[in-house]
Amino acid sequence: MLIETKNLTKRFGGLAAVNSVDFIIEKGRINAIIGPNGAGKSTFFNLISGFHRPSSGSVFFNGMDITKLPANEIAALGISRTFQSTSLFDQSTVLDNVIIGHRLRTKSNLADAIFRTKRLKREEMACREKAMEALGVVGLTKAADKIVAGISQEEKKRTAIALALATEPEILFLDEPAAGINPDETEGLTELIKKLNTTGLTVCLIEHKMHMIMNLADHIMVLNYGEKIAEGSPKEIRGNDAVIKAYLGGSASA
Amino acid sequence: MRIVTKRNGLIALLILAFSFPYIAQNDYYLHMLTLSFIWAIAVYGINLLSGYTGYLSLAHAGFFAIGAYSLGLLTVKAEMNFWLALAGACVITCVIGLLIGLIALRTKEHFFAIYTLCVGYIIYLVIDKWEGLTEGVRGLIGIPAPGSIGPITFDTAASQYYLVLLFLLAVIVIMYRIIHSLTGRTYIAIRNSEDLARTIGISTMKNKLTAFVLSTFFAGLAGALYASFIRFIGPDIGSTAIMFDLLMYLLVGGIGTLSGPLVGTLLLVILSQNLQFLQKYRMLIFGPLLTLIIIFYPRGLAGAAFEWQRKRRDKKLSMVRADMHMKAEEG
Repeated sequence: MLIETKNLTKRFGGLAAVNSVDFIIEKGRINAIIGPNGAGKSTFFNLISGFHRPSSGSVFFNGMDITKLPANEIAALGISRTFQSTSLFDQSTVLDNVIIGHRLRTKSNLADAIFRTKRLKREEMACREKAMEALGVVGLTKAADKIVAGISQEEKKRTAIALALATEPEILFLDEPAAGINPDETEGLTELIKKLNTTGLTVCLIEHKMHMIMNLADHIMVLNYGEKIAEGSPKEIRGNDAVIKAYLGGSASA
Repeated sequence: MRIVTKRNGLIALLILAFSFPYIAQNDYYLHMLTLSFIWAIAVYGINLLSGYTGYLSLAHAGFFAIGAYSLGLLTVKAEMNFWLALAGACVITCVIGLLIGLIALRTKEHFFAIYTLCVGYIIYLVIDKWEGLTEGVRGLIGIPAPGSIGPITFDTAASQYYLVLLFLLAVIVIMYRIIHSLTGRTYIAIRNSEDLARTIGISTMKNKLTAFVLSTFFAGLAGALYASFIRFIGPDIGSTAIMFDLLMYLLVGGIGTLSGPLVGTLLLVILSQNLQFLQKYRMLIFGPLLTLIIIFYPRGLAGAAFEWQRKRRDKKLSMVRADMHMKAEEG
């Protein structure tokens, strides 16, 4: 297993946003986390990626305890993520936005910058190549020189994924990658995620578009009020009473 | 071949800058330009932190004063060699910058601005009240001019102009190299979104602190040069009024642009010298000017020039495309 959470809990004041969740992400699979709004899905992501410190419980990556590591060190280990709202730099080009993604694999510092050392030049080249490679994977090679402010919402989502890929992750967390894009584009994005997965990348995504999840995910976890209420294959989840109840309210048979 | 290129423009500017002492009618203009170059160095410091890293510091007049007073005290009271004192002044400013940065950078956005505003004011107060060390409101008198290096002396207005010009050019080259490197990209990523920067593995605290210390270094260097150029310093150089002057230079020139600090400083220093006869009413002109620039050109004059250039290029590009399209249809 690639990632394991044990008793993972996050309390904000009296509210348990994530309550004692055990979850295992196997290597090479596409995992999904679903649940009604406010179920604690994003908080769960934030706990794994080091944005929030858990109130209790722990997170393991490849058997290593990463519960207390800061976000940047977790990224360096090979865990990458995107945000619900893409926070790219609008005024610069798609390529310039993605180049910085490979920064964590480089070593040049301020002195290298001031003296224009060979190391800096070599690493800049490596970052540029990595960025172009990532843009190639997400299908944005042609848009590399466009200003981000002028590209579509879907292209922005792809740019954000390219940025995450440039960090050379082992696992990619996607927070609602298909929010705010149309059905055709959602289809395209689904294909992209499948393609990423076939290259050996483990994926974990939060999504509200059930159709997309059901034909993409190998393994689904359902959260409701911070607690795990079900887990399993898409088929198992579709027939699960607790899940139907959480989404529709009231008794499942009604 | 085009004659008006960026490179030729830069060469022309350099020639103009180096020949200015021969063109200038009197020392007054030389003095004014030297002074604005010194301010520009400090504005570059503010720009590195506020323009590129996204942390609006209002303490930099304070760091400017720390640089100036360090040089003044080291040369006047400790009777140190000028060049040693200059290096010492920069080191002292950086050390104080590091200590303040460690605390200040725990805050963000407005809070950072307010916190640094207070820090700047405290620095001013310390200089003003610590009479035993700084002579308080009487100020520090008799600071020596830059010491000679071998046969080169710095006792004329022209030689001091060249000295400051060389420092300014060095600062601009360093800024250029930082911004066009992975380090500069890292700072810009932090300005853009600190959360995103952390997810792509950037240690934000380390980078912010480096940018902060370097920006205080520039402010301290400018302060030290100022002290040796004016030869007299008072606590007022660390006042909030100076801070907002520097900020105005940056905003008018273009925050987050490479040429902005120089353009803004030169323009406003020259403008305010020519509007001397209006005295305090100068602000009646500067106020509305600043407001208009912030509304219409948030990235200042340099930003406006970029925008104009980009639009022209896009227009050309679309014309070329349309042309190709027509030709393809004809063929």
